[in-house]
Amino acid sequence: MLTLSPLEMEAIGLSLKVASMAVLFCLPLGVLTAWVLARCEFTGKSLLNGFVHLPLVVPPVVIGYLLLVTFGRNGVVGGWLWQTFEISIAFTWKGAAVAAGIMAFPLMVRAIRLSIEGVDRGLEDAAKTLGAPAWWVFLTITLPLILPGILTGVILAFARSLGEFGATITFVSNIPGETRTLPLALYSLTQVPDGEAGAMRLVVIAVVLALIALVASEALSRRVARQVGR
Amino acid sequence: MTTSPSVSIDVKRRLGTFLLDVNFSAEGGLTAFFGRSGSGKTSLVNLLAGLDTPDSGSIKVNGATLFDSSSGINLPAHKRRLGYVFQDSRLFPHMSVRQNLNYGSRFAPAGDQRQDFDEIITLLGITSLLERRPNSLSGGEKQRVAIGRALLAQPRLLLMDEPLASVDAGRKGEIISFVENLRDQLNIPIVYVSHAMNEVIRLADTMVILDGGTAVAAGGVEDIMSRLDLRPLTGRYEAGAVVAATVKSHDETFQLSRLAFADKTLWVPRLNLDPGVALRVRIRARDVSLSHNRPQGTSLLNIFEGKITEIVEDHESQAEILLDIGVPLIARITRKSLATMGLRTGDSVFAMVKSAAIDRHSMGMAGTRIRNGL
Repeated sequence: MLTLSPLEMEAIGLSLKVASMAVLFCLPLGVLTAWVLARCEFTGKSLLNGFVHLPLVVPPVVIGYLLLVTFGRNGVVGGWLWQTFEISIAFTWKGAAVAAGIMAFPLMVRAIRLSIEGVDRGLEDAAKTLGAPAWWVFLTITLPLILPGILTGVILAFARSLGEFGATITFVSNIPGETRTLPLALYSLTQVPDGEAGAMRLVVIAVVLALIALVASEALSRRVARQVGR
Repeated sequence: MTTSPSVSIDVKRRLGTFLLDVNFSAEGGLTAFFGRSGSGKTSLVNLLAGLDTPDSGSIKVNGATLFDSSSGINLPAHKRRLGYVFQDSRLFPHMSVRQNLNYGSRFAPAGDQRQDFDEIITLLGITSLLERRPNSLSGGEKQRVAIGRALLAQPRLLLMDEPLASVDAGRKGEIISFVENLRDQLNIPIVYVSHAMNEVIRLADTMVILDGGTAVAAGGVEDIMSRLDLRPLTGRYEAGAVVAATVKSHDETFQLSRLAFADKTLWVPRLNLDPGVALRVRIRARDVSLSHNRPQGTSLLNIFEGKITEIVEDHESQAEILLDIGVPLIARITRKSLATMGLRTGDSVFAMVKSAAIDRHSMGMAGTRIRNGL
């Protein structure tokens, strides 16, 4: 019970890899999008907002299928990528990361956007009057002050990516060692006779993983909040 | 006197239904923007600092054009080099006091380091606070750090927007003396926003009165305070003339000081100042009484002969009389006395001022402008 089987190790490792990649690529884009939504006024803003939040409200299968027809080898973008660079992300772990990232993106943007809206613009004005150009104000004032929000966004997105199922299985299928993440492995076990014991082990692993992540993030955000002087 | 004005503003800015339409220029030293809340003081300072943009007009500080709509000049806030001390101090919560103080120094031109770190923190008495976080500081300490932070960015002008607003009543005097020290020891013009007349009289050389978005008057504090037509704005209770004077000598027997202004002598309770020091004395209108003849056998030490230049009666019992005794002086008497004495503009009268009525709070150390002017 205490030792993990190679299959379980593989699923956990793959899940962590996929979720980390997804969050890593979401982060810069997420901060930028959150910034635009929080600070900029332009026509079509509500359309962008709706578009960002789409993965939250449509069935994950829809996103997975859209990804498949776009990035599959016969898809518009995927076909071009394959013919030009011989790259394809469909049915690979990279594709799983893309699917997880897209599903997690709105959660991350929401958290960061809220923290940007909570920043006292007066502090940024003060920095400007002290001679700091806009990019320096962002790096030294805004970014440190929204760090707790970024952290929350990262954790939410990571958790969402770990649990991603619908879009992943539609887009990259359920290939052992390549795209069979923890939820997919669990699903597979429930589909075979005598899979209950293995499935239960994965359930316990998933719960423990989630708990560790939550406790660690709580400690981390307390520390960051102290740093920021809140 | 200084030749080029330190601040010269001619701007229009519509903010909702409020129209800010201000035109004045002020010389060096400390210029106070005085007015009620909602008169446009902070909006004007934000235009100066570049945090807001005028619809039209021009802004010049120390000869440099910061904004000019006709030639399309609009220097961004971070290039204006105006130190801004906000009402609410706005220290960066995630940085120590030291980091706050040093924030602007990297952007100051390398050749321009007039304000020295050690000198400023000593002047402001914040040496022991350097490693603290802003959220552990009191209101007065925060504001002193904010002043230091603004100064260490090596600004060409210091903007202070009601710096006492978030300071405990007991600590206000402390900050005022710091501002006084800055004005006298650092060679930097200051714009000081306030709605408290006692602060303005104590600190300012020049004052600009704002009302409903316009600058209704701008000039030396003595001149503005002696204008009876500005009374409704400068405050009836506060009515009084401001006189620039120098300490001449002290009378140790009776613990009095002799002050000189124009060719007159004013006796006040003993001051702890050296002879030769310039200061500004506020003589409240209610402490001045009038007589047709030179009073005999009176307890009053200060008797000045002068001419009535203006009489303003209010709709109640009082009248204010503007006198010329070499400098303007304001007397406040009842309308009944005015009628009984039959006073008219141009009449010669004797004005009597009680020495005991002039207390420490009526005095401010005069800035450089006054010193040069004497």
